[in-house]
Amino acid sequence: MSKTLFEKIWDSHVVVQEDGRSLLYVDRHLVHEVTSPQAFDGLRLNGRKVRRTDLTFATMDHNVPTSDRSLPIIDQTSSTQIKALEKNCKEFGITLFDINSPNQGIVHVIGPELGITLPGTTIVCGDSHTSTHGAFGALAFGIGTSDVEHVLATQCIMMEKPKTFEIKIQGKRKNPHAVTAKDIILSIIRKIGTAGGTGTVIEYRGETISELTMEQRMTICNMSIEAGARAGLIAPDEKTFQYLRGRKYSPENYDESVNYWRENLKTDSSAKFDKSFILGVENIAPQVSWGTNPAMTTDVTGTVPFPEEYGKGNPEEEKGATKALQYMNLQPGTAITDITIDRVFIGSCTNSRLEDLMEAAKVVKGKKVSTKVRAMVVPGSQLVKKNAEELGLDKIFKSAGFEWRESGCSMCLGMNPDILSAGERCASTSNRNFEGRQGTGGRTHLVSPVMAAAAAIHGHFVDVRELDLN
Amino acid sequence: MEPFKKISSIATPLDKVNVDTDQIVPKQFLKLIQRTGFGQYLFYDWRYEKGVPKKDFILNDPAYENSKILLARDNFGCGSSREHAVWALDDYGFKVIISTSFADIFYNNCFKNGILPIRVPDEILQKLFSTKRTIEIDLEDQSIKADGIQVSFDIEPHWKKILLEGLDDIAMTLQHEDAIIRYEKSHKV
Repeated sequence: MSKTLFEKIWDSHVVVQEDGRSLLYVDRHLVHEVTSPQAFDGLRLNGRKVRRTDLTFATMDHNVPTSDRSLPIIDQTSSTQIKALEKNCKEFGITLFDINSPNQGIVHVIGPELGITLPGTTIVCGDSHTSTHGAFGALAFGIGTSDVEHVLATQCIMMEKPKTFEIKIQGKRKNPHAVTAKDIILSIIRKIGTAGGTGTVIEYRGETISELTMEQRMTICNMSIEAGARAGLIAPDEKTFQYLRGRKYSPENYDESVNYWRENLKTDSSAKFDKSFILGVENIAPQVSWGTNPAMTTDVTGTVPFPEEYGKGNPEEEKGATKALQYMNLQPGTAITDITIDRVFIGSCTNSRLEDLMEAAKVVKGKKVSTKVRAMVVPGSQLVKKNAEELGLDKIFKSAGFEWRESGCSMCLGMNPDILSAGERCASTSNRNFEGRQGTGGRTHLVSPVMAAAAAIHGHFVDVRELDLN
Repeated sequence: MEPFKKISSIATPLDKVNVDTDQIVPKQFLKLIQRTGFGQYLFYDWRYEKGVPKKDFILNDPAYENSKILLARDNFGCGSSREHAVWALDDYGFKVIISTSFADIFYNNCFKNGILPIRVPDEILQKLFSTKRTIEIDLEDQSIKADGIQVSFDIEPHWKKILLEGLDDIAMTLQHEDAIIRYEKSHKV
């Protein structure tokens, strides 16, 4: 019987089936400080152990400060949570990349970087952006804390099988440096909606996907959850195998693994998906979100829509748009390029990898950040930071007036001191523009790294297709 | 976990689509390391202005003070996987959430904490939104009764059993220990 890639990975991980649900084996469990303390407490309360310490990896990323790491953490509650993770990892025997480790970073950046993320595996983490790892042909999804405890104790997860959703991305972008992976995924979410993928695992396919680098593919899979999907998936290819070769935790008999992956990890040509969507990328523009969810997005050449235009006859969506515009303090009809900004954040598990920083640096080089803007770059991991510094990117950003910081989730969700003040407007390379996400009363516009960099220089959004990025 | 049987209560209508978990519990309250006490932070940024309750927010309406049922709109609980959102709803007193659709991770997290999320068609939800009377939820019968409305709802048998009996799902999985060991012996990563 022909199968999709998802079905192949799923079927090969079923331990038991009952009541229409499957007990699925988990190959890799990633743990961070925010969603794990209650899970470890649960284990202690019931006298349970971590079943597979060798398949469990932890780091601290959500609320670590991105300023000088040699200083003590001022926020007591953050410090408590970080210490709790240290204590729990020690007590239960789990590998931890702590705040001073050269491998510390955002959990979804370090997984692939260290070769923990591998094709054909199942990966879970108590974080919705676990979908990122799907870029390597791994079935990866976010779980809640009760499931974190369940996986720690049993190395399995009980799940109903999701449906399959094929998103074909085809065509050639006229300027791939200006119209990026971020613009592709925002275009998709804008069209299918924030619940368009609910109950499904999306497989991204098509010629455009093959052409993307691994880091770009991660940006796409990362935001699958913003379309409501359980996971995003891209079949592994030579780029995948090349990326993972020689990484710290990549398999020793690597060529043998590659042969197996190459042979087995693809959707059969006659396999059927439950749902399909096609995006042509020839004419898509750089995207800018204007509202309070990622589907509230438009072209940089566009205008802020009227609620009834956005709602398309759905009164609930229309009400949502009215409330969003109020929160964002935007008037319908305003040109996107007329929106001025106060802050710029380049970072997050969506766009904080080396390539993101290299692309943004091209825009920034030799220029100055607008005097009205405070801008920061937060590399996704210590390794990204080190590699970027070796290329001199830190100097480019710093001499333009950007802050160059230590790695972590930072202002993507503002659990550390990096937050917006009420009313501040930010061009952000992160994944969510929810109310208050980057700081109570803060206003977030989601954009690509090049769009964020250009906004920092000009003080408002600009169409980066007009810049020379080659 | 407490077994779930019947709930009878006035329902709080939260008339907004795409309510994300960042709204249910804002990030500044995710740093606690216990599961309890999150009710006070539920919908915090919508509920309070500089610590003072906002009059126009539904949870601050005394009519809904002891409500155990939350009526929500499409795609409730989207975004972050934070289970703190469910802990906050539970601690505040909500035991049932009725909507047309839920985000997947949130939906799952509800059952793990003894909260019953119920999906109903839009026309039923509209009727429930317009009733001001008590709504009665019976999990055993899978029924919703209110003010001339009587409908049944679907629930996966697995979750129904867990809720009705208040079962520990880790203990249930550990009953499959032999199968897990067999799988580990045959499966190479």
